[in-house]
Amino acid sequence: MEWANQLCENRQFGSKMTDSKYFTTTKKGEIFELKAELNSDKKEKKKEAVKKVIASMTVGKDVSALFPDVVNCMQTDNLELKKLVYLYLMNYAKSQPDMAIMAVNTFVKDCEDANPLIRALAVRTMGCIRVDKITEYLCEPLRKCLKDEDPYVRKTAAVCVAKLHDINAQLVEDQGFLDTLKDLISDSNPMVVANAVAALSEIAESHPNSNLLDLNPQSINKLLTALNECTEWGQIFILDCLANYTPRDDRESQSICERVTPRLSHANSAVVLSAVKVLMKFMEMLPKDLDYYSTLLKKLAPPLVTLLSAEPELQYVALRNINLIVQKRPEILKHEMKVFFVKYNDPIYVKLEKLDIMIRLASQANIAQVLAELKEYATEVDVDFVRKAVRAIGRCAIKVEQSAERCVSTLLDLIQTKVNYVVQEAIVVIKDIFRKYPNKYESVIATLCENLDSLDEPEARAAMIWIVGEYAERIDNADELLESFLEGFHDESTQVQLQLLTAIVKLFLKKPTETQELVQQVLSLATQDSDNPDLRDRGYIYWRLLSTDPVAAKEVVLAEKPLISEETDLIEPTLLEELICHIGTLASVYHKPPSAFVEGSRGVMHKRLPARTGSGESTESPDVGTAAGGSAPEAAPSIIPSQGDLLGDLLNLDMAPPTTSGPPPPTTGMQMGGMDLLGGGLDSLLGGDIGGSPAMGAGFGAAPAVMPASLNAPVGGGLGDLFDLGGVGMPMGAYIPPKIVWLPAMKAKGLEISGTFARRAGVIQMELILTNKAMSVMTDFAIQFNRNSFGLAPAGPLQVLTPLGPNQTIEVSLPLSTVGPVMKMDPLNNLQVAVKNNIDVFYFSCQYPISMLFVEDGKMERQVFLATWKDIPNDNESQFQIKDCHLNSDAASSKLQGSNIFTIAKRTVEGQDMLYMSIKLSNGIWVLAELRVQAGNPNYTISLKCRAPEVSQCVFQCYEAVLKN
Amino acid sequence: MIGGLFIYNHKGEVLISRVYRDDIGRNAVDAFRVNVIHARQQVRSPVTNIARTSFFHVKRSNIWLAAVTKQNVNAAMVFEFLYKMCDVMASYFGKISEENIKNNFVLIYELLDEILDFGYPQNSETGSLKTFITQQGIKGQHQTKEEQSQITSQVTGQIGWRREGIKYRRNELFLDVLESVNLLMSPQGQVLSAHVSGRVVMKSYLSGMPECKFGMNDKIIIDKAGKGGVTNEAGKSDLGGGGSTSGKQSIAIDDCTFNQCVRLSKFDSERSISFIPPDGEYELMRYRTTKDIILPFRVIPLVREVGRTKLEVKVVIKSNFKPSLLAQKIEVRIPTPLNTSGVQVICMKGKAKYKASENAIVWKIKRMAGMKESQISAEIELLPTNDKKKWARPPISMNFEVPFAPSGLKVRYLKVFESKLNYSDHDVIKWVRYIGRSGIYETRC
Repeated sequence: MEWANQLCENRQFGSKMTDSKYFTTTKKGEIFELKAELNSDKKEKKKEAVKKVIASMTVGKDVSALFPDVVNCMQTDNLELKKLVYLYLMNYAKSQPDMAIMAVNTFVKDCEDANPLIRALAVRTMGCIRVDKITEYLCEPLRKCLKDEDPYVRKTAAVCVAKLHDINAQLVEDQGFLDTLKDLISDSNPMVVANAVAALSEIAESHPNSNLLDLNPQSINKLLTALNECTEWGQIFILDCLANYTPRDDRESQSICERVTPRLSHANSAVVLSAVKVLMKFMEMLPKDLDYYSTLLKKLAPPLVTLLSAEPELQYVALRNINLIVQKRPEILKHEMKVFFVKYNDPIYVKLEKLDIMIRLASQANIAQVLAELKEYATEVDVDFVRKAVRAIGRCAIKVEQSAERCVSTLLDLIQTKVNYVVQEAIVVIKDIFRKYPNKYESVIATLCENLDSLDEPEARAAMIWIVGEYAERIDNADELLESFLEGFHDESTQVQLQLLTAIVKLFLKKPTETQELVQQVLSLATQDSDNPDLRDRGYIYWRLLSTDPVAAKEVVLAEKPLISEETDLIEPTLLEELICHIGTLASVYHKPPSAFVEGSRGVMHKRLPARTGSGESTESPDVGTAAGGSAPEAAPSIIPSQGDLLGDLLNLDMAPPTTSGPPPPTTGMQMGGMDLLGGGLDSLLGGDIGGSPAMGAGFGAAPAVMPASLNAPVGGGLGDLFDLGGVGMPMGAYIPPKIVWLPAMKAKGLEISGTFARRAGVIQMELILTNKAMSVMTDFAIQFNRNSFGLAPAGPLQVLTPLGPNQTIEVSLPLSTVGPVMKMDPLNNLQVAVKNNIDVFYFSCQYPISMLFVEDGKMERQVFLATWKDIPNDNESQFQIKDCHLNSDAASSKLQGSNIFTIAKRTVEGQDMLYMSIKLSNGIWVLAELRVQAGNPNYTISLKCRAPEVSQCVFQCYEAVLKN
Repeated sequence: MIGGLFIYNHKGEVLISRVYRDDIGRNAVDAFRVNVIHARQQVRSPVTNIARTSFFHVKRSNIWLAAVTKQNVNAAMVFEFLYKMCDVMASYFGKISEENIKNNFVLIYELLDEILDFGYPQNSETGSLKTFITQQGIKGQHQTKEEQSQITSQVTGQIGWRREGIKYRRNELFLDVLESVNLLMSPQGQVLSAHVSGRVVMKSYLSGMPECKFGMNDKIIIDKAGKGGVTNEAGKSDLGGGGSTSGKQSIAIDDCTFNQCVRLSKFDSERSISFIPPDGEYELMRYRTTKDIILPFRVIPLVREVGRTKLEVKVVIKSNFKPSLLAQKIEVRIPTPLNTSGVQVICMKGKAKYKASENAIVWKIKRMAGMKESQISAEIELLPTNDKKKWARPPISMNFEVPFAPSGLKVRYLKVFESKLNYSDHDVIKWVRYIGRSGIYETRC
């Protein structure tokens, strides 16, 4: 470290010696010198020596060799010296655990000192020494300090419990510190309360299912009282904790909001943002017609605007949050457009965020102003900012139809500037405008074509090619233009290649006579000379289409494209809801859920906004965390077998840290990209359903709508289950749940329906019992299903041929198919049914056991199983416990087989049987399972791995049902 | 919570490093240096995520302060804390510079130990910190038991910002209404956006634990009082000085925030500002207004491009306030293109200079009365370039200081009650001052 070697002049404070001299010596033998000084008799010299040690430590030199000498200085009355020694201890104790024990006595003694500052210092420092042996000695002093008469000591001790929990969670629980900590929430001193809340919140985060922060109306009231009295930081801890509470009804919600609103006037922006978080969350529960609701909305705007006059870093945090708030509740800031105008001197990160919000707030009312501003920005210096401004103009055009014409002319003006990146960006957005308003602005094409040569970015080139292809019939020399791109075909990026291929095919279909040569050229380039499978496949598809059925080709390639939507870059709603629950935090800055950037179990819990509940009904969920967490129990560590057999090494592979996740998290890959979670899940549920949708042929490569990436579900599954329907008979023995009443007679004018689902010989059946409890005869029965997760639909009409007289009962069995329309339901296996008769239409919903969707050819090859298991990411694995099951593994295996759960292999490790099983759902999704059965232990552990982890919970329920019946 | 806090000099060398959490390793120090301080391009975000570790940074002159974490912390709180940390350091040893930090490193470590515990911000009020952490080392060994418990109760107490037993021979207070007026105007003179952000700074030298009540010409209160018919509070006319406003009665405040001493729930319910002030200087409130702002100056630009190598610029400024008042420290900054080769300026008043290093003509006027007008004209010679990109024409900016509040805010009263000690509101000497400064005051050309 260079500066540590510099000789600094001590010219400050007159003759007073300053600290910088401690940074100055690095002679050889320094350590020896220090050692001698540390053992000196003179107090002053000792102190000087310790300061030198600390200075060396700061710049990263290893001074751990001095450990015993420094610890020797600890026994002192001099508080300054003591603090320095403590600082040293915190840094090096971990590397010298045995020596650290030497310090324990002093700590214990200091914890009983008459001076509260010293007591607190001792307990604070002791918690920072992360040595297991020390923690045992910490317990007694900590217990005393938690009950100390001085609030300063208590508030320090409260935080110390969190420290200790981080080192040894079990110890904290065993010693009952958690209860003491809970008691501190009722402490008379507000700062003690605040620190206790902070500590408990942190501990609760690592125990997602515990009810540690037992939030109830009484404790909430205490927190709200403390909120008025504690420091700004304490207010933040309390507000962040409040945000985890779910009020029982709208009245409670309103009263909390009323008590939180004054915080919006706090000078500390973090207090304001945390208050906004609480309000945004609890507002969900208020009825929208309430006067208070609109008052609250009005109160939120001014503080948010005020945040923009804070320092730039805070402005950035505020803007990222406002971006979320504007998406969730656009009405709050709709009149505040002007405050988001960019200032010339704003840091670039503030400028970019403001621009984003401006577009979101743009509306017919303010579009003129916005456009004038955007045009101004497009002449600025920073390239990223200019690009974004140009793009914003395009987005305005798409969003506000009335402004489209002005936007287009503004963009044309910008193209005239000939600034390379402005032109390219403008062309990309004009392409989007064409898609939104087809056949409206074609007159500008000529101007665009003039700039063909200057385009060097793939996105701009692709956009231009798309435009030429799309409007080939109106561009006289379209063939020449496209041909010019063709020359360097292999040097282009894939995006451009794909676009060029499609554009030329379009051209050919529009002007077949003169372009035959061109199309053959591009098809051969794409299919024969390219290594890119996408390009080859697309080339072959076109080739075959063109050669077999040109009419069909025309229908596919020139099909009418769906219009693009106004808002293409909105955050997906479930993610947005989660982020709203994280206002003020890093998650809201990154616009990613915490699980995407936080390691370990912390923050994996997904937060959700509360649903609106009237004061009449009350929900039994004291804590959103538990409500959202589901009932998944904590997973036991996986056993990693040592033998090297087939299944053994698959387990060895990537299971190194046992995944202790709470609820089965949605596929992480998608979270990282901040992508559409729900859509992705649905997509994978759809399984093999990849059709030749016209969009594919249209080849609109850069379509702005984000299509969720299909999770490579086994292709052909969709076909497979079609054959299954008529399919191979299996012996009876599939599990059929007992019949239950689905529709009571009370609700259906006398018609009672009870029933169950069964899979018999490969056919799914709904078995119904209809009872007429009314006085009149019922006729004309019919049944229909709502769209559901697996496309279940009646395969035939409801066979009730004779009229159903009063007090008559009839049993019907309705065959079901799985080719109906699909929509993801919650829960996944929910089915909404409508039954009609001559009296009325009745609706009910029921849940089917997912086992009836398990198809007969669900037995996987061992090799395939191994590969698939490895291939599915670990995050998709969920573990469950099946309690009180007294079957041995063979009996369990044969029982499960009856329900199409196939055992592929079995291994025995240390008295534990491991069964590896596979299941295939009717839509082609595979579920892989590992069932662990220990002789004499009635509790089974099951791990499920699936590309669509949403089904795991249902599959587990089936296991439980099958095994216990 | 905050996992660690590092302070670097401009070269990226660590001056202070304090780690609070076990998940932050020593390599975090280097990660920030390599990826942010030594990064080639401009910093694109104050929050950086490197290998699942998040770094928050602020810069003070050429010192970097960075807070590190691996958790989903409250980001706003971390920045507020970093600013607070800077304030605390500044109040202990003045400017935050490399030298001062090195000279006070033991003190800084002590402060870091006190104001952050396990990454949770604790009491950060300089007033109370100074009672037990001093520049000469910590007090504590020679205090009596009473003194010690007084310190701890103050640090953790409800009124953490003021200690008991303060005595002054003369009870006195100073109120400064400091406003910065921000403007963005189009070349045609249309106001694109304008707002005033104001602060009320109070310097109090009052004995005991005085209860204060502050009143201003806030529209909401005046309307309320008008309805109720109780207006005798406005009696203290001696505080309402300064004004230049044209008899405007009340102003609409968009939003205000208060020092933590102000009882927020009381403001929320009654809109009254009551508090026990900290001793000495502090910021009582901040506010923002956007309606009926008095814009002290109007800038009228005229830029004409004469051929490819010459620009003619004419700028007129008009002062728009009472003729009896004087504006000071007026500075107009007219940007010039990068390829400027020479500038000739003529101005009616003050001095004007072309500063090549700043790419601007800077025109300074010491004083200017209200309702006056002044003009500058310049001829700018340009070097011919083959740069295709047009000159971006940054806006003309202006600086000034005026002795009134452009928002129209007026202090109506500040009442002091101290029931235990023997002095009343009338014995307190009160001073009020209004200063309006330019914030970002720009006119596009």
